[in-house]
Amino acid sequence: MTAPLLRIENLGKRFGGFIALDGINLDVAPGERLGLIGPNGSGKSTLVNCLCGTLTNETGSVHFEGRPMNGLLAHQRTHLGMARSFQLPRPFHTLTVAQNIRVPLLYTVKTRPDVTLTEEGLDERCHEMLRLVSLEHKARKMPRDLTQVEMRKLELARAMAAEPKLLIADEAMAGLSSSEVKDIVALLIRMNERGVTIILIEHIMAAVMSFSQRLVVLVSGKKIGDGDPNEVIRDPEVERAYLGQ
Amino acid sequence: MRTPVFFLVSLAVGLALFFIARQYGNDYIFFAGYTVLQFIVLATAWNILGGYCGYVNFGSAAFFAMGAYTTVALTKFPNFANRYLPESIAWLAQGITYMPIPVFMLLGGLIAGLVGLGTGYLTLRLRGVFFAIATLALAVVLQTLIVNWDYVGGSRGAYVIRPATVPLIGNYVEYLFLLMMVLSVIALTVARGIERSQLGYGFATIRDDELAAEASGVPTLRLKLVATTLSGAFMGMAGAPFPYYIGFLEPSSAFGLAYAVNSIAMPMIGGTTSWVGPLLGAVLLGSLQQYATVTISSAVSLLVVGLLLVGFVIIAPNGIVGLFQKFVRHKEEPEIPLHDPAEETP
Amino acid sequence: MDFPVELLINALIAGILLGGFYAAVTVGVSISFGILDIVNIAHPAFIILGSYIAYIASSRLGLDPILVSILALPAFYYLGAAIYQVYYVSFEKRGQEALRGLAFFFGLLFVTEVVLILVFGVDYRYVSAPYIDETIRIGMFDLPLRMLIPFIISMLLLGGLQLYLTRTYTGRAIMAVAQDQFALQLMAADPIRIKRIAFGISIATASIAGALLIVIQPVEPSVGREYIGRVFAICVLGGLGSLPGTVIGALLLGIMESLTSTFYGPSWAPAVAFGFLLLTLAFRPAGIMGR
Repeated sequence: MTAPLLRIENLGKRFGGFIALDGINLDVAPGERLGLIGPNGSGKSTLVNCLCGTLTNETGSVHFEGRPMNGLLAHQRTHLGMARSFQLPRPFHTLTVAQNIRVPLLYTVKTRPDVTLTEEGLDERCHEMLRLVSLEHKARKMPRDLTQVEMRKLELARAMAAEPKLLIADEAMAGLSSSEVKDIVALLIRMNERGVTIILIEHIMAAVMSFSQRLVVLVSGKKIGDGDPNEVIRDPEVERAYLGQ
Repeated sequence: MRTPVFFLVSLAVGLALFFIARQYGNDYIFFAGYTVLQFIVLATAWNILGGYCGYVNFGSAAFFAMGAYTTVALTKFPNFANRYLPESIAWLAQGITYMPIPVFMLLGGLIAGLVGLGTGYLTLRLRGVFFAIATLALAVVLQTLIVNWDYVGGSRGAYVIRPATVPLIGNYVEYLFLLMMVLSVIALTVARGIERSQLGYGFATIRDDELAAEASGVPTLRLKLVATTLSGAFMGMAGAPFPYYIGFLEPSSAFGLAYAVNSIAMPMIGGTTSWVGPLLGAVLLGSLQQYATVTISSAVSLLVVGLLLVGFVIIAPNGIVGLFQKFVRHKEEPEIPLHDPAEETP
Repeated sequence: MDFPVELLINALIAGILLGGFYAAVTVGVSISFGILDIVNIAHPAFIILGSYIAYIASSRLGLDPILVSILALPAFYYLGAAIYQVYYVSFEKRGQEALRGLAFFFGLLFVTEVVLILVFGVDYRYVSAPYIDETIRIGMFDLPLRMLIPFIISMLLLGGLQLYLTRTYTGRAIMAVAQDQFALQLMAADPIRIKRIAFGISIATASIAGALLIVIQPVEPSVGREYIGRVFAICVLGGLGSLPGTVIGALLLGIMESLTSTFYGPSWAPAVAFGFLLLTLAFRPAGIMGR
């Protein structure tokens, strides 16, 4: 077996008396498409925030490509190849769509020692990202002029522009119509085909099932299911705790 | 326009103004002009942190005063050395008397920049609102320290003797005007340079959404420290020649609320998204205040500034520059407010 | 020489009385900043306005300054409600409260101060009331009424407000605004109206605090500035949005200032308070009572 891209060991986090994450163990292999589900308050977003360095975990460790992540700031993790999109899109609202994409190019891709980016190279990559999410025609628009689904795409494109090895997509589809959901799933699969490992946190089961090669279930800060999606959702414990309430 | 070209052009404009004023004006023009130029620097410096990064600094006066009091402290030193230090060291200290004002400006900028860095370290992990409140507190702490520091005159204040003339330029006020003019040109060039550089992008992302900025790889903490240091340093540099300008410096004048209000009001009224805003705001408000102070009273002139600030933030949130852009946009296609560096390399 | 125990205890008493008064000064900001998340840095300016109203009414009409301030409550309430309406329409609704909202209140602070200077000049003004020069002496300890009465009024004000916020329907709705807009909707309350009421109340407290201030010390327009840092220091110290926390924070600050001015000299007092604010902000931003 190949070494895992991401290794989470005994990860724990509490807010006052509330235990948000209770000893999570999880390995993610390179190139994998992993779905992460769980009811509201099960700790999914806390897990994402701990992985990305927005929150600090109290116990356990996260290793990315064998490198310990504890103590690294969010932007340092992004530099190392871990990118995320936010649950509610958070575009830079005073920058245009193209300029939004430019930020991770300037601050992440350009800082990597093996990359030299000229002004043309920047523009080219920026347009490539916009093409990937089919937003080229909106390049010079402001984020407030975008529709819901376009905003989600911008969010994903900005995360992808950092050229990550691992993309963590936090509820990229909430509030979208079913055709728009299909659109985003297809987009995520396209991204995965470019070699990016993806963790998708999602509520919409249809999307998770069509996207994931492997499914992880989180309930009350504990991992209660992990494996083939079709088997996991038939697991009685998962059904009881999550689906059958 | 490339940055060095911009610098030279603005410098040329400034020098032209200087020579015109010298040709036709009197001393008053230089006295008043100095104040306006000083406000250009303060407003531009405030805007680097406030406008670009979205962090409101209510303590501009404190940074300005740090610069002013650095000068006072240095000019007092030879006297102090003569009295308290052995002759061999005192002799060295005399050298400081002959330090030219530009050196004071650099040192004042250094001290104020360090204060800015310190403030940043203490507060920038907090929400922006707390930063704003902390700067208010900082101003009071520093003022209290100065009031209780007898060496720089304490609450009584300190005299700084201004030579009547300087070599080459002649009139001392004209010399101070010229120095402040060069400093404004430098401040504007730096601000404009930031807008067009990667740093400008980073600052804008901090203003818009710090969490998203971090996720995109922007080292927000480091950039904020750059901004507080730079902003503080320029304010300190603006303050360093002030004791020579005013002749007698007391804490209440150096820490005056008018500096804090003006450095916020000018960018807000001019527009915070580009270097033009603070320049416009400083020239308009600065001249208006000079005029109102002479014709009516200084209290009324401050009232006007306060009312304009309140009025503008309510009615024209993007200042005069914003109004202008709106007007242009009505005529043409929508334009992007922030400059697109794709068009040129700095 | 012995340690001056008597001096220490008198300084402590003075600090507690001062702190009690600080609670009245701060409670408005505790409501606006702590509960509503509106950074009203102009609050001290409204307090000074309250001082001047008390001054005019008591010097021209011979009324008791504190009574005047109670009579002026409705006027302050509506002033506050009006300011909130402007703030809401211009900033909150547009989502621009952070930068411009701060500048707005800073402008208000400044305008109020300058208007007071233009009308009354920069001379110190004071009021007279029968209790101002009286002092109760218990053994070797002094209880000047000039401080004791503001302390009592302030505690009554905070107690009343705390009862209002925890026991009445509107009061609970105000507390809910802070935590959960959704719960508020379940209560079928209009959040904007609730916030307007709350902000009106917060400004109304400035009337009473202003009268207390001018009873304690002579006032000139720029005195308010000293209180900006102080009120936020107390707010942060006590943990945002809790009135009991406000009282504790206020007492702490009062005691610290009183000890400092007794043992090091009054000119150092502001630095201690503000320095404490800076340090709290830096290391314990949730307040010492914080979560």
